[in-house]
Amino acid sequence: MKARVHVMLKDGVLDPQGEAVKSALGHMGFEGVGAVRQGKVIELDLAATDKAAAEAEVKAMCEKLLANTVIEKYTVEIA
Amino acid sequence: MKAAVITFPGSNCDRDLADAFAKAGADVVRVWHKDTALPAGVDVIGIPGGFSFGDYLRCGAIASRSPIGQAVVDFAGRGGYVLGVCNGFQVLTEMGLLPGALMRNAGLKFISKPVALRVETTDSAFTADYARGQEIVIPIAHAEGNYQIDAEGLKRLQGEDRVAFRYAANPNGATDDIAGVLSENRRVLGMMPHPERVVEAAQGNADGAALFRALAGVMAGA
Repeated sequence: MKARVHVMLKDGVLDPQGEAVKSALGHMGFEGVGAVRQGKVIELDLAATDKAAAEAEVKAMCEKLLANTVIEKYTVEIA
Repeated sequence: MKAAVITFPGSNCDRDLADAFAKAGADVVRVWHKDTALPAGVDVIGIPGGFSFGDYLRCGAIASRSPIGQAVVDFAGRGGYVLGVCNGFQVLTEMGLLPGALMRNAGLKFISKPVALRVETTDSAFTADYARGQEIVIPIAHAEGNYQIDAEGLKRLQGEDRVAFRYAANPNGATDDIAGVLSENRRVLGMMPHPERVVEAAQGNADGAALFRALAGVMAGA
């Protein structure tokens, strides 16, 4: 089973990298970019065969390591 | 005073930190990240600066979950003293021993220079030999030293006198100019500036020496 985790900074947490990307896009002539937020995608190959169990396991991984829930939020997709 | 300095793959200030403890009279033991227990009789743990595990995932994240990590958390839970400098501060927030998080500098650049700090509290074993409001110069060297904490957490830090140091001129966007914070029991200190790099005159100034001296004094009196 495969899992994909999206980790993003929480709303309201300043993202200096996103701001820099936004500024660069503006310099390059891309107009109308209101906001840029940069996050990360983590793909996992899992031995689990049960979708619910896999999701619970990956959520535990997010809470314990993959995301810092002080500043980040995450979503889990299982496929 | 017996100090344990932990080395992770990518730590690069571990020897400096060990040296600073030794100059303050400590018996220093070096501990490897794969160790699962601390040596007996340790009074204080030093978590050094550097780029533990290449800053992969998040700065300090992998180090905080390394085998020695749980021993550090347990040690702090028993009221042990822990000093985390730079990457060590990031590790301590990732361990949950200190609140908040260290994020990318507001200007995105790695900043390496001496900065002026204000000592905000003398009510800790780390800061007892400074004077409240004293200005000291300690170098910083980081790209992710932008301390962030939610409004409620900040209010708590301020109300409980747990901001140890503030930047005189904020270099990285840190909330409330915070350069170092104390745990609730005041025995865990995390700070981005490197006091271990300025412990004798040959290093430019010796403003960091008082931190290690104060710790040694507290241990001697204990």
